[in-house]
Amino acid sequence: MSHTPPIDQLLSILVRDEPRVLTRITALFGRRGYNIRSLSVGNTEHPGISRMTIVVSGDRGVVEQAIKQLEKLHDVIKIIDHSLEKFVDRELVLVKVAITPESRVEVRQIAEDFRSRIVDVGRHALTFEVTGDEGKLTAFIEQMRPFGILETMRTGRIALTRGSNADIPAHVYHEGETETLRPVVEGIEAREERARGVPNLF
Amino acid sequence: MGNDTGLQRGDMTGAKALWATLANHGITTVFGYPGGAIMPVYDALTFYPEVRHVLTRHEQGAAHAAEGWAKATGEIGVCMATSGPGATNLVTGLADAMLDSVPLLAITGNVARHLMGTDAFQEADITGITLPITKHNYVVREVEDLPRIIAEAIRIARSGRPGPVLVDIPKDIQLAAFHGEIPAPHARPEIPAPAPEAIERARDMLSGAKKPVMMVGGGALDAAPEITALARAWDIPVITTLMGLGAFPSSDPLWLGMPGMHGSVAANRAISEADVLLGIGLRFDDRVTGRVNGFAPGAAIIHIELDAAEIGKIIRTHVPVRGDAKVAARLLTEGARPIQTAEWRATLAEWTSRTETPGKWGAGYAVKAVVDRLSENDILSSDVGQHQMLAAQLARFEKPRRWINSGGLGTMGFGFPAAIGAGMAEPGVRSVVIAGDGGFQMTAQELATLKMYDIRNVKICVVNNSFLGMVRQWQEMFHEKRYSEVWLGDSNPDFLKLADAYDVPGYRATNAEELPAAIDAWLADPKSALLEVVVPHEHGVFPMVPAGAALYEMIETEPGRTPDLHDAMDKAAEEAKNA
Ligand SMILES: Cc1ncc(C[n+]2csc(CCOP(=O)(O)OP(=O)(O)O)c2C)c(N)n1
Repeated sequence: MSHTPPIDQLLSILVRDEPRVLTRITALFGRRGYNIRSLSVGNTEHPGISRMTIVVSGDRGVVEQAIKQLEKLHDVIKIIDHSLEKFVDRELVLVKVAITPESRVEVRQIAEDFRSRIVDVGRHALTFEVTGDEGKLTAFIEQMRPFGILETMRTGRIALTRGSNADIPAHVYHEGETETLRPVVEGIEAREERARGVPNLF
Repeated sequence: MGNDTGLQRGDMTGAKALWATLANHGITTVFGYPGGAIMPVYDALTFYPEVRHVLTRHEQGAAHAAEGWAKATGEIGVCMATSGPGATNLVTGLADAMLDSVPLLAITGNVARHLMGTDAFQEADITGITLPITKHNYVVREVEDLPRIIAEAIRIARSGRPGPVLVDIPKDIQLAAFHGEIPAPHARPEIPAPAPEAIERARDMLSGAKKPVMMVGGGALDAAPEITALARAWDIPVITTLMGLGAFPSSDPLWLGMPGMHGSVAANRAISEADVLLGIGLRFDDRVTGRVNGFAPGAAIIHIELDAAEIGKIIRTHVPVRGDAKVAARLLTEGARPIQTAEWRATLAEWTSRTETPGKWGAGYAVKAVVDRLSENDILSSDVGQHQMLAAQLARFEKPRRWINSGGLGTMGFGFPAAIGAGMAEPGVRSVVIAGDGGFQMTAQELATLKMYDIRNVKICVVNNSFLGMVRQWQEMFHEKRYSEVWLGDSNPDFLKLADAYDVPGYRATNAEELPAAIDAWLADPKSALLEVVVPHEHGVFPMVPAGAALYEMIETEPGRTPDLHDAMDKAAEEAKNA
């Protein structure tokens, strides 16, 4: 296996929305020693399917092995490898910065430069919300650090490929065309319909 | 106890739906053990005479018996247990099945849904516990889902690279009224055909080879005829891993034996010298490769494998071929081109002639005497330890699925219950197990299973060296003979009396003269029987590649002096560090 220095790589994983899915995925990473830098999970436009963005730190070999192992999980529907195509990514961070009467204006000015919003005002602190890519968030935090950062919370990165999915080569959506999600969605719905007698909404 | 179902006997319940689904899937035998949280299932069993339940004496026995069934037939094995301690007793079998890719369905009862998560009596989070050692697992949350989940679990266990799937069923779901339909089995999913370009590259690679070797693993057992044809068409020598023994006939002059830690001189040297290595249905386990960067150092590697994640996982692969071993072998055979291997074959023949024949009385002698008496139809199982490696080295296999053992997990206690499972799967076939005195005692209580079902075709051979032999060998070699906690001699039972306690006839041999007659009597006994062979305490298994060493650093014969060995070990460790 190659030993190039680890870099952060983004994967999006579409999974069945079933109990223990998160455990299964994180356990796989944990057991095999792949380091997760951040992980965010949310619903998708399809009921029954959730989407995770995972930032793995590792070389290409690690990521390829992670993808192959993930593909074996019954819960995993599709994996999107963002290192193979242009993508947009965002992260949201809440930062609580200490203020004094003297620093207050300067802190607000910096926040404005970053197009950050104030979400809470206290007597001795302001809480900001910033969204952006990783570089922007890091720069923001570094700018605020001298004033005294009391607390931060980051959501972890989320990502989507750029363009309409039809533009994106099949190998980015691992081992399939961009349309392969549809039969899976239909499958999930048909199965639920059979099992529960609910109408097909697709 | 009252009737806590509240249902009439004829009503369909979750429990009945379970049996109906299993029956629909052609499941004829389930190995298991009852308990509170699975009682409705056992109650419903009485309505389904088409499925036979085998009561083992421990859930681990049930799991290994189901594995033995599956390994002998290639079909799914089914085991069953109650919640909590019953379920956790299955864990070793599930881990074993996971590492050896055995299709297994485990069904566990659990406490009622409203009690789950409350630390209720006999509650264990078995799906959490088995998450890393199952291919997939389920908790059934609605009774209407139960048959669908069972059908899906069976499909997952059997499809692609097989493995164990666990379905956990809360007690109230077993009792609930079921109104749905019992599903028919899923069609077996198509196995992907290998890409034609990959086959073409493999063919090109092989046609340029001067020193080719084929290495076949357990994933290729069902492709044995195709693999045999392939090897003969190209005239490529074949190595079969511990799991792949039987995928190529041992009697064929192209066969070089088993590779790895206790592999043959010819196999390990062939790998070390080869220029092209064609791996089929294997995963390059570290017991096979030795030190990875010393494995096949001069070879271009072609790897035919169904599980994409295994390609390139351990060993760099020059030609990855993803797909069905059967199809790949057939395609490669079609395009066979004559290659010049006469020189290579001559070198190999010289190495093959060095195969150890155990001369002196000892475990190897005993194992050889036993396996030499078996026919190619007999199923041979082994437990884990020196006797296992000896059996793997000395037995000859002409057909696949006649050799059953725990390869990946190395589970002591596996052999005997697995032999029962295999014997029940094929009642017309002799099911022989070779076990050590240590491992046999881990599941010896399954003698009761032989008695209970009057199983007549299981033959147990206990090779009694009074030691946990394999560990003792390592202590001898690598821990300056400090025999820490490996002596069993004083506390071993009288194995014949133990067998007799279960009405199982016993035979014993303590020297080379007694052995042939004892084996004859043991095999000729119309019942299942036990043979104890008492062998000298200190015997090693050789050849051996010390852990951390490369295959070409193999120690070929039992070393006279330990210092040599320590030198070899130090050298291997040093090289591993520098590599
Ligand atoms: C459940 C389990 N516990 C411990 C081990 C470690 N182990 C491997 S071989 C061995 C010794 C086996 O002794 P025995 O069954 O007497 O067979 P022998 O090696 O003497 O042939 C042990 C303890 C194991 N493989 N499995």
